[in-house]
Amino acid sequence: MKEFKGRVIAGGTFKGEAAVSHQGFNSLASIQKSALKNAKQVIVSDQNNKDLFGVNITGKALCLPITIGSTTGGLVIQTSCQMGIAPACFLFSETIDSLAASGIVLARIWENSPVIAIDKLGEEFLNTVKTGDQIEVKEDGTVIIL
Amino acid sequence: MYNPKMELTLEQKEILEGKQGPVMAKIMETVVMFGDIFDAPRLIKVTHDEGHLVTSFGIKILKPLFSTIKQINDAEITVKGKFTVDPRPIDYENVKCNLLEKLIFSKIMYAKQAMYEEQLTKAGLKDNNAFTCASYLPEIGNTPKEGDILAWAESSAVVFANSVLGARCNRNSGMLDLFGSIIGWVPEFGLVTDEGRKAKWKVIVKCTKKPEAQILGSAIGMKVMEDVPYIIGLDKWLGNEINDENIGYLKDFGAATASNGAVGLYHIDGLTPEAKKFKEKLIRDDAKEYVIDDEELERVYHSYPIMWKKPNKKGNLVFIGCPHLTFTQLNDWTDKIIEGLKANNRKKVTVRTIMTTAPDILDKFKKTDKYQALIATGVKLTSICPLMYTNNPLTKSRRIYTSSNKLRTYSTARYAKDQEILDFITGKEA
Repeated sequence: MKEFKGRVIAGGTFKGEAAVSHQGFNSLASIQKSALKNAKQVIVSDQNNKDLFGVNITGKALCLPITIGSTTGGLVIQTSCQMGIAPACFLFSETIDSLAASGIVLARIWENSPVIAIDKLGEEFLNTVKTGDQIEVKEDGTVIIL
Repeated sequence: MYNPKMELTLEQKEILEGKQGPVMAKIMETVVMFGDIFDAPRLIKVTHDEGHLVTSFGIKILKPLFSTIKQINDAEITVKGKFTVDPRPIDYENVKCNLLEKLIFSKIMYAKQAMYEEQLTKAGLKDNNAFTCASYLPEIGNTPKEGDILAWAESSAVVFANSVLGARCNRNSGMLDLFGSIIGWVPEFGLVTDEGRKAKWKVIVKCTKKPEAQILGSAIGMKVMEDVPYIIGLDKWLGNEINDENIGYLKDFGAATASNGAVGLYHIDGLTPEAKKFKEKLIRDDAKEYVIDDEELERVYHSYPIMWKKPNKKGNLVFIGCPHLTFTQLNDWTDKIIEGLKANNRKKVTVRTIMTTAPDILDKFKKTDKYQALIATGVKLTSICPLMYTNNPLTKSRRIYTSSNKLRTYSTARYAKDQEILDFITGKEA
């Protein structure tokens, strides 16, 4: 069991599985294919993402450094929250980027989404957590790898 | 009501409290909460009133977009100036589709296009020609000045405006672009500040020939992610003045840095405005270093996965122009295609080839003799976004070649260098 503390961007509690991207997570490239199909789950479709290509991230704790790519990124996150297919939480090792921050704020304010976002968890967090690990997230930004 | 961390003026506080109505209050709350995440001390004035929006497509799943703009329209809220927006998704005349593809495009995927364009018009869309990702080019005229503060989105436009024009803009998401254009303020953090514009990476280009813009941008984007790179050794090939020749290169290079990474600003030693003014003072003391040589570019080029279902077969469709081609690029491609066909004793391109450019540039090009000469080769010209074409699941069976690293990233299209594309479409035997 290992514990990390980050900054709460959008608070909440979570217990479930981790999906880990060690590289920047391209929201549009990852989510668009599933969203366009109106699928019930997001199967990551970003060909450049060797960690998560083909992995289901819906309802999971997405562990990532930051998001990258198209500036539709925030809207893509907001839409995936509205569709109910987004990750349950976004756990950033670095400071959240502007696109992900937009997506989280838009989802919270305009969709009343309970999506959780914590950033600044540190490099060690991303080096420790593995896809499939069980994760617990607390209201104060504590993330425990169980 | 949201309790902001940043300092707001009385006017801004009143908007947040609802003095200009609940929709304006919600817009203000979104912008302020967004700025608070980055510890922005205040909101600063947008000095270039013409906005640029990234979302141009009435794609059915974007319910949050349509419902938010409906609220904005219903409250009769418009942007301060006008705005341009990314390209339209469909042009059946020049980008032919079969019946089934048309059905999926018009009735399923982009069924909301007409309704969405009405919404955009009510919110302040510039005009019917406003649909391009390269709105900053002179023919379109949404060209900010050095030092202007913007509320734009579209990653390739933001990186161009910041780097080549010296304007100041964060990598805003869709919706935040519209919100900033409506309230006329953006949070003061990141790329709108002097400190945020300093380079965290010193990139040294040691190639023996002019690097392919799209591969160089891809390599840098993948390495630096969202950081600002200061690039040394590129002015050797690009010169020391921004001109018609290198604008196309800088546009394509920037788009690749922004889509393969998350670069919002780059400096090129001896060329881009801030690099010329401040030189290596723009590089932070703790900057990391990345050396790029011919070998590194080839490594990156060969790292791209091939997503075609039948990777050993030849391509059957080519897209050139993502982001939209400049007038000079359009002319250069036309000359090269005509010369290439002549050299290979052909009159028509060997494969269906589509070139994309802004509506205003297309209008200008149509008035030149070269337009008919290009059309005679079989090449089609359009102003759509090729990415939106490839969103149609039926197009996945097509083996698309592109010289755009952005299109490669978001689709199953296969990247090829400009010369490889030219050789292929003009029938030069390998």
